[in-house]
Amino acid sequence: MTETKISQKLGQLLGKTWPKLVTSLRAALPSIIAILAAFLVGAIVLLVTGHSPIDAYGAVLTGAFGDVYGIGQTFTQATPVIFTALAFLFAFKAGLFNIGAEGQLLIGGFTAAVVGISFTGLPVFIHLPLALLAGAAGGAVWGFIPAVLKAKLGAHEVITTMMLSYVALYLTSYMVNYPLKAPGWVPQTVFVAPSAELPRILPPTQLSASFILAILLTGITAYVLERTTIGYEVRAIGLNPAAAENGGINIKRGVILALVISGAIAGLGGAGEVLGVHRRFIDSFSPGYGWDGLAVALIGGLNPWGSILAATLFGALRRGGMVMNRATGVPLDLIVLLQALVVLFVAAPRLIRYFQKKGGFKWLT
Amino acid sequence: MVNIVDIINVGLFAAALRMATPLVYASLGGLFSERVGIVNIALEGMMLIGAFSGVLATFGTGNPWIGVLASILVGGLLGLLHALLTVKFAGNQIVSGTGINLFALGFTGYMSQIIWGSRGASPSVQGLGTISIPLLRDIPIVGEIIGNQTPLVYIALVIVVLSYIFLFKTPAGLRIRAVGEHPAAADTAGINVYRTKCLYVMVSGMLAGLGGAFLSLGHLDLFVFGMTGGRGFIALAALILGGWTPFGALGASLLFGFADALQMRLQSVGALPSQIVLIIPYVLTVLVLAGFVRKRIPPSDYKPYVKD
Repeated sequence: MTETKISQKLGQLLGKTWPKLVTSLRAALPSIIAILAAFLVGAIVLLVTGHSPIDAYGAVLTGAFGDVYGIGQTFTQATPVIFTALAFLFAFKAGLFNIGAEGQLLIGGFTAAVVGISFTGLPVFIHLPLALLAGAAGGAVWGFIPAVLKAKLGAHEVITTMMLSYVALYLTSYMVNYPLKAPGWVPQTVFVAPSAELPRILPPTQLSASFILAILLTGITAYVLERTTIGYEVRAIGLNPAAAENGGINIKRGVILALVISGAIAGLGGAGEVLGVHRRFIDSFSPGYGWDGLAVALIGGLNPWGSILAATLFGALRRGGMVMNRATGVPLDLIVLLQALVVLFVAAPRLIRYFQKKGGFKWLT
Repeated sequence: MVNIVDIINVGLFAAALRMATPLVYASLGGLFSERVGIVNIALEGMMLIGAFSGVLATFGTGNPWIGVLASILVGGLLGLLHALLTVKFAGNQIVSGTGINLFALGFTGYMSQIIWGSRGASPSVQGLGTISIPLLRDIPIVGEIIGNQTPLVYIALVIVVLSYIFLFKTPAGLRIRAVGEHPAAADTAGINVYRTKCLYVMVSGMLAGLGGAFLSLGHLDLFVFGMTGGRGFIALAALILGGWTPFGALGASLLFGFADALQMRLQSVGALPSQIVLIIPYVLTVLVLAGFVRKRIPPSDYKPYVKD
C-alpha cells in the first residue's frame, strides 16, 4: 500500500511540474510493460533451454549499440520497418487494417528497380527522385486495388490486402526468375544505374539515405494526420464513419485515399531498400518487414514518432540477434520469439492495464 | 515437348487429394472460429506448431498417433491463447493472430535448434504411413486415387461430413451460428456467448494442428522449418471461396490442392513457371471477395461482444 501512495505522490508531483512527460509516459507505459513482459518470458525460455539470459541479452545489446557499425546496422534494419509501420498506422487512423504492407513494399521495390535499371545517363537529381517516385507509385497502385474493392464492392481489406501480398510476392518472383533475371543462379535483377542509387550515409554499414527519408516521412505523416484537412478526414472516418458522413466527409473517397497513401508509404520503403541497400531487386528480399510494421506501429502506440522508437527496438533485435547467435550460440529465432511475445502482450490491452494497476501505477492509467 | 499424360494422370489426382488435406483441416478450423465470430489468421501458426509438436512427440515416443494427439493438443492450446486474447481480453483479432503466427515461427525455429541442433529440419521419425481400404481400392481409377492414402486423408473427409451435420443439423450447431451471427440475441436466449466463442476457437486450433500433423507425419515424416509455407492463409482463402460451409471449404481445398499438385508437376518438367500457378488461390480469393465470381457474405461482423 505504501508503495502505491508513494507512486501516487510522485504522479501528482510530476503532473504539476511536467504534465507533458506524464502524458507521454501514460501513452508509452503499456508498450513498455509489454516489452518487459516479453523479455521476462524470453529469459525463462532461455533458462529452461540451458542458456544464460544475461549473456544472451547482453550480446544483443552490445551487438546492436556497442559500436558505430552495430548502430548503423541497427538503423539499417529499422528503416524499412519505419516505412511499413507508418503505412499501417496511416490506414489504421481511417479505421482500416492494411496488413498488406509486405506486398506494397515488394511492388514498390520492384517498380523502383525497373526505373533504376531502365535509364542510364540521367543526372542523379532526376533519376533518383524518379525511381523513388516509381516505388511510391507502385505501392500506391497495390493499395488502390483493395481500396476500390473496399469502397465500391465492400470487400474486407484485411483479407484482400493479405492475399494481394502473396500475389505481389509471386508476381515479382516470376519477374526476377524469368523476364528480368540477371545472369547467374540467384533470382535477382541486374544492378540499378549508379544515378538511381540512394547514397550510403555511414560506410561501411549499409545505412542509406533511406533512413533520412524515413525520419522525414515520419514528420510529414504526423503533420498530415494532425494539421491538414486530409488528416482530419481520415481520423474522422476512423473514429466514427457515420458522424463523418453526416459532417459532409466523403467516406469512399477517404477510404481510397487512406489506403493509397498507406500503400505509397510502404512502396517508398521498398524503393529505399532496393536503391539504398541491395541496389537491385532480389527475389523475396523482405523477411517480413510488412508484418513487423504492423507490430511496430502498435508497439509505438499508433503514434508516428513512437513507430521510430519501436522500429529501433526491432532493428536492434535483428542486428543484435545475429551477434548474439555468433557469440553465445543461442538460436537466432529467439528474436522472432521475443517480437511475437511483445505483439501478444500488446494485443491484450486489458491484461496490461491489470498489470499497471497491480504494480501501483494507477495514476498512469 | 512434354507429354500431357506425364502430367495429367491418376497420380496427379491422388497428389491433389494429399495436397488438399491440410487445407481441409485448416479451413474447417477457420470455419469454426469464424462461425463464432472470431477471425483466425493464426491458422498458419497453429498448423506450424501442430506439425512441430507431432514430430516432437513421435520423436520422443516412437508412436506417430501420440504425435497426432500432441498436434491436436498444442494446436488447441494456441487456439485457447487466441480465444483468451480476443474474447476475454477483447484484444484485436488480427493483432493476436499476427502475434501467434510470429510466435509459432520463432518457437519452432528456436526449439528445433535446441532439440535437434538444426534449424532446417528434424531427423526422420516414424510416419503414419498409408492404409489401403478394401473395396474402395478395387474401384477402377477412383480406387487408385483414394484407395491408398494416409489415414488422416480419410479422417479429414469424415470430419467434413460431421462438421456439416453438427453445424447445420443439431441444436449445438444452431447455438454456434447464433453466437456468430447475433451474439446479443444468443445471450438473451441463455447461451453463454464467451464460453461458446472460447471453446470453438480452441476447436479451430485443434483442427489446424491436425492439418499440421498431416504435413509432418502424414506427408514427409519429419519437421521442416516453415513447412506450412502459407497454407494457413490459403486455407483462409478456401474458407471464403467455400462460403463458410464445410462442403464449400472441402471443394475449394480440393481446387487449391489440385493447383498445388499441378504446380509441382509442371515445375518438375519445367513446363510452366511455378509462380503462375501458385498465384491462383490468392487472385481467386480477391475476385471472390470482390463479388466477381460469386458474392460471399461472412457469417459474422467479427466485432468483440461486450455484455451490457
